[in-house]
Parts: sequence; C-alpha cells; structure tokens
Amino acid sequence: MTVHPGVEPGSTFRLSDIWTNERSRSLVIQIAALVVLLATLGWIINNTVQNLENLGVETGYGFLGHPASYDINQRLIDYTSRSTHARAALVGFLNTVLVAVTGIIFATLLGFMVGILRLSNNWLVSRLMTAYIEFTRNVPVLLHILLWYGIVVHVLPHPRQAIEPVSGLFLSNRGFYLPRPIFEDFAWVIPASLIVTLVGLFLFARHARRVQERTGRIYPVLSISLAAIVAAPVIAYFASGSPVSLDWPALKGFNYQGGIALKPEFFALWFALSIYTAAFIAEIVRSGIVAVSHGQTEAAFSLGIKPGWTMRLVIIPQALRVIVPPLISQYLNLTKNSSLAIAVGYMDLTATIGRISLNQTGRALECMSILLTIYLLISLTISAFMNWYNRRIRLVER
Amino acid sequence: MRKLILLIAAGALAAVTSVAGAATLDDVRAKGHVQCGINTGLPGFAFKDEAGDWQGFDVDYCKALAAAVFGDAGAVKYTNLTGATRFEALKAGEIDVLSRNTTWTYSRDNDLKLTFVGVNYYDGQGFIVNKALGVESAHDLEGASVCIQTGTTTELNLADFFRANGMSYEPVPIENNEEARQNYLAGRCDVYTTDRSGLAATRAALDNPDDHVVLPEIISKEPLGPLVRHGDDEWGDIARWTLNALILAEEYGIDSGNVNDLAQGTNNPEINRMLGTEGEFGAMLRLDQDWVVNVINAVGNYAEIFDRNIGPDTPIGLSRGVNASYLDGGILYAPPFR
Ligand SMILES: N[C@@H](CCC(=O)N[C@@H](CS)C(=O)NCC(=O)O)C(=O)O
Repeated sequence: MTVHPGVEPGSTFRLSDIWTNERSRSLVIQIAALVVLLATLGWIINNTVQNLENLGVETGYGFLGHPASYDINQRLIDYTSRSTHARAALVGFLNTVLVAVTGIIFATLLGFMVGILRLSNNWLVSRLMTAYIEFTRNVPVLLHILLWYGIVVHVLPHPRQAIEPVSGLFLSNRGFYLPRPIFEDFAWVIPASLIVTLVGLFLFARHARRVQERTGRIYPVLSISLAAIVAAPVIAYFASGSPVSLDWPALKGFNYQGGIALKPEFFALWFALSIYTAAFIAEIVRSGIVAVSHGQTEAAFSLGIKPGWTMRLVIIPQALRVIVPPLISQYLNLTKNSSLAIAVGYMDLTATIGRISLNQTGRALECMSILLTIYLLISLTISAFMNWYNRRIRLVER
Repeated sequence: MRKLILLIAAGALAAVTSVAGAATLDDVRAKGHVQCGINTGLPGFAFKDEAGDWQGFDVDYCKALAAAVFGDAGAVKYTNLTGATRFEALKAGEIDVLSRNTTWTYSRDNDLKLTFVGVNYYDGQGFIVNKALGVESAHDLEGASVCIQTGTTTELNLADFFRANGMSYEPVPIENNEEARQNYLAGRCDVYTTDRSGLAATRAALDNPDDHVVLPEIISKEPLGPLVRHGDDEWGDIARWTLNALILAEEYGIDSGNVNDLAQGTNNPEINRMLGTEGEFGAMLRLDQDWVVNVINAVGNYAEIFDRNIGPDTPIGLSRGVNASYLDGGILYAPPFR
C-alpha cells in the first residue's frame, strides 16, 4: 500500500486533508485551473460575440454555400467563378495537400541524400553538403520562396521564346509545360501488368527470404525487382498496341495550351519548401547515423557484411529510431510553411478561404476557424501516421 | 501551469481590446491625430515624395479631414493597407477612416457594415497591355494571363467579364500595385486590370509609358470614395461634409488663394455659411466655426487637389471627364451648405 505524506493510515478524514493530501490537492488545483480556463474562454467568446453584435456584423457559415465569384488559376478539381466558397476552400485544400505531399517526398529524398553525403570521406562532397545546409538553413524560408519565384519569372523567357531542352518540354516564365499522357481503350493493361508484377515480386521476395534463412543462398532480389517493374509496363504497352498517346503542349495565342503545366507559383513554393526542409532533414539524418555506435559497423564488418549492406541492414534501421521523431516535426513545419503560398499567389487553403473568401465576404472569424480546423486536422493526420511508423520501427526487445 | 496563466492573460488581453467606441471624434481628439488608411503606393493617389512624406489625391483627403478636426493638416498618421487588409483594419478600429481607391458597393455597405461618405472619383475597370501584343480590344484577350489584385471588386468583375464573353484566361493573383507592375513588366501576365485611374497611374510610372496602351473597354462602375465604420453617424457626417466642402468650394470658386479674403465676409450667404461668418455651422458637427477655411487652406478645393495630383499637367494625366463639377457638365455634385 502506498502511504501519502500527511495521511496517517487509519486516521479519520478531516477537511484540511484535502489540501494536505498531495493527490487530492493536485486534483483541487487542476479543477480550479479548468474552471478558470473555461470561464475565461466563455468570457472571451461572449465578449467577441457582443462586440460583433455591437458592430452589427453578421456571423454564420451560410456564405459557404454562396458563389465565390472569383477565379482560381491552379486547380485539381473542376471549379468556376460560379462554384461556392466551400468548393473554393476545397480547391485550396487540395492545392495545400499537393504541395505538402510532393514537398515532403522531395525533401525526404534530398535530405537523406545530403545527410549521408555530408558524412562522406570525400572532402569536397562533404564540404559542399555542409555549405548547402548552412546556407539554406540560415535564410528564412519566405526569402527562398521569393527567390525561386523571382528566378522563374524574371530569368526564364516569355512563352514565345520558351526554351525546349528536350522535345516536348518547354520552360518559360509562365511555367513549365510537358506532354500529358492520354489513355486509350486498352490502357488499363499497363497498370494491371504492374499490379501483377508487384504481387509476383512480393511472393518472390518471401520465397527468397525463406531460401536465405534455410540455405544462406542470396537471390539478387533488388535488381530483379527493379528490372521487372520497369520491364512489365513497357512490354504491356507494346503488347496492347501502344494505347497511350501524348497531348503535346503548343503555343496558342498568349499561352501554351494542352499538356501538363507546372506554374511558377507552384514550382517556387514546392522547390523552396523542399530544399529548405531538406537541409534540416539532412542534419537529422546525420545525427541519427552518428548516434549509432561505431562498434556496430565494426561488428558488422567483422561478420563479413558488405559496407552497403552494413548501412542498409545495420546502421539505418538503428538510426531511424533517432531520426523519425524529429522528422515528424519537419513534415509538420513544411506543411504549415506552405501557407506562405500567398506571397507568390499560389492558391492554397490560406489564399482561398483564408484570404479571398474572407475578404470578399468579411467573414473573418468564420474563415479563420475553418482554416485553423483544417490545418489542425492535416497536422494531426501526419502526426498519427508518423507515430504509427515510429512504433513499428521501435527497438523490438527480445 | 505558468504557460496556462500566460495563455489566459494573452486571451484576456485580446478580448478586452474591443473596437473603438462610438464617439470616434472624441477618440481622435484624445489621440491628437486622425489615423488614415491609404494604399501601399500608387503614383498620384498615395506616394512618398522626396522628403519622405505621403502625398496624393487620396492622401489629401486625409489631410483635409485632419484640418477639419484639428485645424492642422499635419495631424494625421497613415496606415498602408492592401486591397485584402483594408476593411479588417477599419472594422477593428486600427484606422479612423479609409481613403484608398475603394469602390462603393452594396455588400461592402450593408454586409461588411461600412459607411461610404461619398464619391471622390467616378471610375471604371480597364485593361492595360503592351502595344507589341497588337491587342486592340478586351475581346481579343482569349487565353491571356491577367494580373489582378486580390480582395478587390476588380477581381470579381474580371471573372464576370470573361465568363459573360465565353472567354478563358489565367488569373495571376497579386497583393499590391507594385507587385502587379513587376509581374506585368516581367511578362508573367499579358494584361494588368484594375480601375482605370490606377492604370493611368501605373502606366505613368513605367519606364516607357508609350509602349503600353489602356484598352477602350470599361467593364464596370467603380465609384471610389472614403469610408468609415458603421455606427458613428457624427464621425461619418464629419467625413462626408469634409468631402462635400471640397466639392462645394470648387462650385463657389473658393480656393486656397482667395479663401482667407473670402473668410472676411462676402455678399454670398452660402459662402459665408461655409466659411463661418454666418450662422453656427461648425458647432453642428462639434467642429470649429472656421473649419472649412482650415480645410481649403490646407489642401485647396477639389479642383486643386485633382489638378495637383492626377490632372492633365501631371505625369498621370487624367482629365476631369465625368469627375468635373455638374456646372461643367460632369456629375460631381454636393448638397447645399444650409
Ligand atoms: N476599386 C477597387 C480596387 C482598388 C485597388 O486595389 N486599387 C489598386 C489599383 S487602382 C490600388 O489602389 N493599389 C495600391 C496598392 O497596391 O496599395 C476596389 O475597391 O476593390
């Protein structure tokens, strides 16, 4: 039995015990704090509503169903100026997700590469990586975004003089244009072949592992997988009679039409966020690797494990445990920093519902509450996923 | 726990700082200056002169208001606002009056709860393009990239215009006029669209204004004028009659050159009422008896303000057009001072 200080076992209850007993005291304090907090919150809300009423400002979310009346240049779903504010918010949300997801992928790849290369024994390579990290980390991310936007808009030529480095790819200050694949009748064969291949490779990998565990023989699983993943769609493409054609971008009137357009606003934001965050990720990766005791490498070498395998099978799995928690906060940072989109006119969540809709309707509190809620949900989703991953790679004690 | 207390304190502070009370005039007098919202920089309308002081058509209205309240055109401080921030600033009480190329519309008046005190420039939305593009009409703009300031009426008109004419375009949203100018010059957009007065001002500031042409189409009505918050009629009346006084002064031939002489008394009772030699008109607005004299001494009448900042002899080169006094065939007309 645990004995709490100030409570003699067996003594009768006195009112002062509530305060002298550590557990009940902390309970009382917590309840009091909660009451104060709720009262303050209530008062703030009441005061705000009162102020708005005094001003005669209408409140409510009804405006979300009204036509937004403004146009959005970059959108992943159908949208016209007759669509509702709610749909404008959805367009903005998807644009936020687009830049966050692609940014996280690129930042992670680049960050891991730079982090590992910074530990390279090659003097030049490691110094270059250090320079990149120091330069990037120490310049505010907003400047990165404006810099890349400025480079695209002011350095690249007008669409009429667009650069065509390879046939079908056009670089201009209105964006980068590339051919868009158009899928015809039998095009489903291609993804289908890929799925079949992946299932096959999964079975093959399992078989290979069993063989290795039983006999020690090692199949070159990685190279076979890569070859199969490339070969299967190519074979399927020709076997099904080339069912994919390309929609080539072409200069019509003022602009390129057709193809896929990567606008300067998206490019600047995505690239700047990625290289900025990658610098932090690189440092996280480096610290993670350095944190794994050198004895591990020596032990692996003395067992005759090849250097590449040592990295992949011994060092990285242990380093990941150090890397993943701070990595989560970098992913969250990137996502939240994406709200700087407004600086270059990329129409993300902040620029649509948090800016233009807010402005045209004057519903500041409503728009801000929507904005807060959605960013919170995005962040919580990322956290939840990464925490799940973190638990999965945790040291399994045997 | 300490964090919690801090949080509560911060929240409480945010909630207590409520919007300015009803008697704006008293608040302004207590502060000792008028806080005036102007744009971030638009030649002729609000720009910094060599000495670093704000000048321009919209700025002069701020000075006139300060002269009306304090008898001193210098008793004014400026807050630079973009199209997207201006109304929140006014509603939150950060500024006392907004004088920033702002269009009087139904929903701004009735939904945003703002009070427009009149119109000081009747405008309409237009387009500017580089002559080299060979575009002669806004109807030739199919597929063009258009720079557009966000949070403006012009952004909505643009969408309506292209939709009504069955044309497509790429909007390039932009925060302020300077950014628009840069993007337009860099060729990020083919066209810049805003109020035609703003286009004239922007064009004047380009290196080679003659390379650029404002297209003939006027796609909207943009009555621009100063505005205040709803809920303080007295302050609204002061702002309204300051504007009216400027327009009336032109009608009666009162200008900065003759106002002090006329203020000695004339045989025109309307002039006498305005300049305070007859009746108790200043007191009706809780202002000095000679407040109009102070206003005209400070900035001149409407015509002087127009000609000095944006008129035919300035680089902006706007003609009076519909903004002429009704006596000269325009639509500028103020109610009588009686
Ligand atoms: N009249 C329109 C547009 C006002 C507007 O933003 N005008 C521009 C160009 S005329 C401007 O004043 N820009 C100055 C700045 O960027 O601060 C409105 O009220 O919404």
